[in-house]
Amino acid sequence: MGSYVPSTGAQREEMLRAVGVSSTRDLFRDVPEQMLLTEPLRIPEGMSELEVSRAMTAMAAENRVYGTVLRGAGAYDHYIPSIVKYIPAKEEFLTAYTPYQAEMSQGLLQSIFEYQTMICELTGMDVSNASVYDGATAAAEAAAMCRDRKRRVTLISGAAHPDTINTVRTYCYGTGDELRVVPVKDGKTDMDALRKLLTADVASFYVQQPNFFGQLEDAEALGALTHEAGALYIMGCNPIALAIMKTPRDCGADIAVGEGQPLGLPMGCGGPYLGYMAATDKLMRKLPGRIVGETTDAQGRRAYVLSLQAREQHIRREKASSNICSNEALCALTAGLYMAAMGPDGMAQAAEQSMAKAHYLAGALCAIDGVELAYDGAYFHEFVTHMPRREEVLSALAEGDILGGLPIGEDGVLWCATEKASRAQLDKAVSIVKEVLAK
Amino acid sequence: MKLIFEKSVSGRRCTILPACDVAPVSLPASLRRETKPALPEMSETDISRHYTELCKQVHGVNCGFYPLGSCTMKYNPRIDEEMAALPGFTGVHPLSPAEDRRGMQQVLDTAAQYLCEITGMDGMTFQPAAGAHGEFTGVLLIKQYHDARGDKKRTKIIVPDSAHGTNPATAAMCGYDVVNIASGEDGCVDLDALRAVLGEDTAGLMLTNPNTVGIFDKNILEITRLVHEAGGLCYYDGANLNAVMGVVRPGDMGFDCIHMNLHKTFATPHGGGGPGAGAVGCKAFLKEYLPHSALAEEPGHVQVRSFQGNFLVVVRALAYLLALGREGIPEAAENAVLNANYLMAKLRGMYTPAYDRLCMHEFVLDLSGLKKETGVSALDVAKSLIDEGIHPPTMYFPLIVHEALMLEPTETEGIETLDHAAEVLRKLYHKAFEDAESMHTAPHNMPIGRPDEVQAARKPVLRWRNA
Repeated sequence: MGSYVPSTGAQREEMLRAVGVSSTRDLFRDVPEQMLLTEPLRIPEGMSELEVSRAMTAMAAENRVYGTVLRGAGAYDHYIPSIVKYIPAKEEFLTAYTPYQAEMSQGLLQSIFEYQTMICELTGMDVSNASVYDGATAAAEAAAMCRDRKRRVTLISGAAHPDTINTVRTYCYGTGDELRVVPVKDGKTDMDALRKLLTADVASFYVQQPNFFGQLEDAEALGALTHEAGALYIMGCNPIALAIMKTPRDCGADIAVGEGQPLGLPMGCGGPYLGYMAATDKLMRKLPGRIVGETTDAQGRRAYVLSLQAREQHIRREKASSNICSNEALCALTAGLYMAAMGPDGMAQAAEQSMAKAHYLAGALCAIDGVELAYDGAYFHEFVTHMPRREEVLSALAEGDILGGLPIGEDGVLWCATEKASRAQLDKAVSIVKEVLAK
Repeated sequence: MKLIFEKSVSGRRCTILPACDVAPVSLPASLRRETKPALPEMSETDISRHYTELCKQVHGVNCGFYPLGSCTMKYNPRIDEEMAALPGFTGVHPLSPAEDRRGMQQVLDTAAQYLCEITGMDGMTFQPAAGAHGEFTGVLLIKQYHDARGDKKRTKIIVPDSAHGTNPATAAMCGYDVVNIASGEDGCVDLDALRAVLGEDTAGLMLTNPNTVGIFDKNILEITRLVHEAGGLCYYDGANLNAVMGVVRPGDMGFDCIHMNLHKTFATPHGGGGPGAGAVGCKAFLKEYLPHSALAEEPGHVQVRSFQGNFLVVVRALAYLLALGREGIPEAAENAVLNANYLMAKLRGMYTPAYDRLCMHEFVLDLSGLKKETGVSALDVAKSLIDEGIHPPTMYFPLIVHEALMLEPTETEGIETLDHAAEVLRKLYHKAFEDAESMHTAPHNMPIGRPDEVQAARKPVLRWRNA
């Protein structure tokens, strides 16, 4: 069996003597006898490292990795620079605890401070936290920040990711607050419906940009409408798009959140991902989670610490702004590294190329008889088409080593392209679709 | 040390992407960003050196002893990292067809099966991304259960005053009023105090066992019986599961649901504050309330984050479970408890255990006597340990012990490490009498001394700006 216990039998005996008991089981004398397990656990015997490697590799082999991924819907297949994969595997970064002890954690604290700055740059907001779990929980936490005694209702666009809507609904269920979903019209948030739903008890409105269907929302107008009604405005933005897209700050957002996975994290069957959260100065003390601040030590040296801890659960207990403790620090470090490796121009390049490839794919697909765009609005790197014989098309693509778009609705497919897909790969996908539909 | 922005050189870059091979497309003018984000502009060498410099100012489990109480800073096996980096796991889209994700399902099912066996539960979810997130999920099970029965009068969650801060914060996020009960003199639940608050308004109890002072509450069966009798449910905070895994099961103690911190008990790395994974288990009657992903699994359930959780963390935990197996799991618990008791025994006579008896996987020292005699506080001792290359224990927790230092050595430390730590603590104990002043200002050999936290909170500087 495998073991990471260094003590030898003789050492254990020596330690037991020092403690003054005769066996390790004696150490459990407080456990009522009738509860102690008398049979071994019904799980297999332990394994050597080589056996573990074999068993896990066999499971990984049961998954299918596609050469081309044309599916997004909340998880995006961007190219990850090599150095971005390598550095977070350094054991110091990997195995450290939350940096409560600032004197021996300056490296971690500084990396978070740098990440916070990059998120502020990307979103245009004043202040960022050190991350929450993912984009969906970031949206839920943001909505919670906005509620006060008078305004308890949360509005969310029906064009947000279904997992985000469901997560925000669950958090609202927790506190007993109401969530209203704003209807969708032509693939975008229905502005007239929003106007009607913005009653005096509404605390905030959340919109995703680009939305679940890939459509670009008229974010400024939505924000203006929200503010007119006295509610706060939350935007959930794709961080790659933000390299070229109008910032949430410029669209009037009070809080910017989003799924940070596109920033150098693998799709990884769904996680770990990264929820980024940034806000205006005014809302700083309502942000949940860790925030790193700059200060000095007694000798005036620049130093970084976990700051504004009076918001947090370990100090405020039931009055805390959230129960969050562990977040996604290593994913934030990875995202920071990604942004450094890509730089402002590389990020813009990834965004522009993703957009260009999606439009190229859409154009070629829609040249096929029977395939057409479901919505006519502007989009970034995702779009929905009607697709006849959808299942056949997707299986034919799979046979060609291509993960096609996500089936949604009656006959829709939600496609995504990133900079990772070459023109040849896109052409191949289109020719497969053409072939199936020509039959 | 310079910030990455201070090393940035305008125009410098890494060459990552090729030129675009399709026609360019622009965003509509009204949606375009006006100025570039001021992200760092670096060569790959710059980046490599910068992060290596940062890395040198981080203390990982690989650097030395990390007896951080309640955090279970055990060694994180490298093989688990290698397995989590397999392309068959990293390269899979969470919404790819189910037949393409059979390996993913196998990982989740196998891990669920083993963890149910270890905890005595019947159902499991891996959607929660961390311990506190697991607590939220677990207490939502309790809430849904009462709601489904139309039992709306249950508005209170009972939490002992020794609990982690996340417990009351979680109860509040689930809309419950928190009833704090004082612990007994032995640090365990005071049965009379519990009886006094139980009633028709009790939704449930949140409890860690062993508790945060490292003692197994021997009245546990009576505690869970009383809560059930009042119509409430029992929630097990699995933060301290490492002490008892394979020895006794929360399900057999009478708990209805539980969260585990895979990043504590099951050796996945803490990552400087995450990602963790907060697997939540429950008894059969609560299974229907477990969360699902509206898109990846089935709609109509609660959901606490996107998709199916921090999957790659579950991969690491499963690799660890496979390695230890049925003998290794209890062996780890027994050695964790032995190590804690050995270290406590070595410190006896100088430092005062808050509860002077056998402990489980961790123990709490009460330094109020030392402080009274020498002026040296728990904080001073903790900060002095930093100069010795030892990560400080958890400080000033639990709140029921003054000048608390809470030590959890874990099973992956050998006797040499424990002896060395005891020796260092002995040295510091004597130093407190001889040179208290230098301990008040420790650490002395780190890149910074104690930072001014008051200034940080009063005048928050939370991002870099070009001067």
